[in-house]
Amino acid sequence: MTLEELEQIAKSVHQENSKYDYEVNVCMDLACASQGADKLRDALLKAAEASGKTILIRKTGCMGPCSSGPLVRVDPDETLYAKVTDANAQAIVNSLGDKPVPELQCDLNEHFEKQVRVVLENAGHIDPEKIDDYISRDGYKALMTALLEMTPNGVVHRITESGLRGRGGGGYPTGLKWSTVAKATGDVKYVVCNGDEGDPGAFMDRSVMEGDPHRVIEGMAIAAYAVGASKGFIYVRAEYPVAVSRLTTAIREARRRGLLGNAIGNTQFNFDIEIRLGAGAFVCGEETALLASIEGRRGTPKPRPPYPAVSGLWGKPTLINNVETYANIAPIVRNGGKWFFNMGSERSKGTKVFALTGRIKNTGLIEVPLGIKLWEIIDVIGGGVPGGHKLKAVQTGGPSGGCIPADMLGLGVSYDALMAAGSIMGSGGMIVMDDTSCMVNVARFFIEFCMTESCGKCIPCRAGTAQLHTLLTRICTGKATMADLEMIEELCDTVKTASLCGLGQTAPNPVLSTLKYFRNEYIEHIVHKRCPAGVCAMEAPVSTEPALEVHA
Amino acid sequence: MSDTPEVKTLVIDGQEVSARRGQTILEVAQENEIHIPTLCHLDGLSNVGACRMCLVEIKGSNKLLPACVSTVFEGMEVTTNSERLQRYRRNILEMLFAERNHICSVCVANGHCELQALAQDQGLTHVRLPYRNPGLPVDASHERFTADHNRCILCTRCVRVCAEVEGAHVWDVAGRGINSMIITDLHEDWGSSTCTRCGKCVQVCPTGALFDKSKIGSDHPKYPDFLPYLNLMREAR
Repeated sequence: MTLEELEQIAKSVHQENSKYDYEVNVCMDLACASQGADKLRDALLKAAEASGKTILIRKTGCMGPCSSGPLVRVDPDETLYAKVTDANAQAIVNSLGDKPVPELQCDLNEHFEKQVRVVLENAGHIDPEKIDDYISRDGYKALMTALLEMTPNGVVHRITESGLRGRGGGGYPTGLKWSTVAKATGDVKYVVCNGDEGDPGAFMDRSVMEGDPHRVIEGMAIAAYAVGASKGFIYVRAEYPVAVSRLTTAIREARRRGLLGNAIGNTQFNFDIEIRLGAGAFVCGEETALLASIEGRRGTPKPRPPYPAVSGLWGKPTLINNVETYANIAPIVRNGGKWFFNMGSERSKGTKVFALTGRIKNTGLIEVPLGIKLWEIIDVIGGGVPGGHKLKAVQTGGPSGGCIPADMLGLGVSYDALMAAGSIMGSGGMIVMDDTSCMVNVARFFIEFCMTESCGKCIPCRAGTAQLHTLLTRICTGKATMADLEMIEELCDTVKTASLCGLGQTAPNPVLSTLKYFRNEYIEHIVHKRCPAGVCAMEAPVSTEPALEVHA
Repeated sequence: MSDTPEVKTLVIDGQEVSARRGQTILEVAQENEIHIPTLCHLDGLSNVGACRMCLVEIKGSNKLLPACVSTVFEGMEVTTNSERLQRYRRNILEMLFAERNHICSVCVANGHCELQALAQDQGLTHVRLPYRNPGLPVDASHERFTADHNRCILCTRCVRVCAEVEGAHVWDVAGRGINSMIITDLHEDWGSSTCTRCGKCVQVCPTGALFDKSKIGSDHPKYPDFLPYLNLMREAR
């Protein structure tokens, strides 16, 4: 494969596509597929054949606003139809060349206006199972450019220059990580992709792997070239069967095209990728546990240092990045580090994909430039809280994150601002909660999650989260005392400080952040045996005592 | 790394000490008779840094480091016994006591238990946390030994000694989080497992979780000191 051949493929795809007058893209991501996108596609195919028009029906990855699914986009007019069923297929086909179907059209302009698509630039535009589709949209051009025109150091420099930070949650500077692995001594090095997305309500990485798998492969190949590795592993959880099959297909196609394997681009560079399935342990998203799992051992974290960059898989220097981080690599190499650096806020560059869920009108996948104000995401992109309810809090960062109260919506979304607010950026889950959510119950839910997902190796995380869960359950059932609350705060401190890995160190965050911003709800539960949101079923009788003066 | 001196000097609890490159804080402290509490660590086994008892403070860093796996660096200033560290240690011990059923008065290891000794050492007089009182099984299927899971603290010394020293790897951990349990083979009874009956796991077990049947009702001290000696003899061979 050479750059010319790549361009030749792209050209032939464009030629092939230009034979069609219309392109009808059907979103076949999980959310749309579960609402009948399969049937819709069959109906569209049938209707298209009968109509005599030349129509290309393409199945694509996630288009974004999942709550409006199944989604169909008709090109070249870029007409977006929402909530389409197979009964609408005929009407859509008939409308081609005429006015769009009015009853299916949706007004999502505001939803898309504030978004900037880098990671998701191809999602909804290509068939994820066709490598040529990806190539036709500048796919693998970055890899070829890197191999033929850049030194490994040059690639690392470009990533450093871009200011990209790890998208898995920690926000470690990607360029720095790459240069550490590049400088590590050893002739065998590994590149690992962390696709063990496990935060409740988060599905960014799944959508990227399902909707644009080649982007991840290309990012990994560039990384391998930069750090001097020739073997890569993608660690995906087995609960993502579609992602696994798309990645498997993508790797096979890339090998066939000579984009993986030996002498890629007729250079000395060899690289191949293997998929490893995770068995659903949340802790395997922690890098040392993930590496242990790839090696076939029990997925438990190890104390760092040594960091994987020095001693990772089988003791060799290993570069481990998240799916979304790799998905950012190709555009950075293609467009330059400066281009990426100019997006985003002061210390958080580029864009971030968020999975917007909960009590919000437009749930789904969004990609926004970092630094965007939280209210812009909630009110404009998300379309606000439905049903006349009032926004209460936004939970970011999953079980490691925290709740940001409604009066802090002016916050710019960046690694540092979220951290200062007591939450974290995390991998990109964003759960919107309205006045029907009880914050104590939310904290208990996340602690329960951490308790069941703790690996059990270190005591503070194993026993501490279980104790926190017991005490929070007491509060939620009206059986707690103020002494229990004190104990909770002490336990949070110990678990946060003394735990071995990130899971335990961040497990108390949901409790700490709700205590910080919604302490009165805890007090209500404890003192008045009352759940303000009406969520918790109190077992203790409601107190008739006059309210205590509590300065919280 | 020829420009890196092989000998480091550092300060532990105000005492100036020297160390070889690559030594852990715990090793250096022990050489200088500075006491750092440990539980999962045992001389002769690999370190896992799991119990968090040996956490120490390093000047200039907010993070606490486990002394058993953290190597020394030049000019390091270590505090091993601050108020804060004591609080965390007591808290962790409380968690352990509340986690399973540790009733010293009816325990075969009473008076010879590292958990008990550590609690006394750290001045833990009572447990404020709610006891979990799990109903855990006792495996008495082995002809010589018994495993009482109610007394297990999941330090994994048995797992390590079986895999690293005996080379049998009969013990392992099953389950996750609070439901973790040590098991033999693929969760079979100890008696019908591939156990070699060497008894090393019983000797290294810090509590009364693994004990010798012949010692029931009598004093049951354990002798884990054979490990460093055994390792030394093997290396010499």
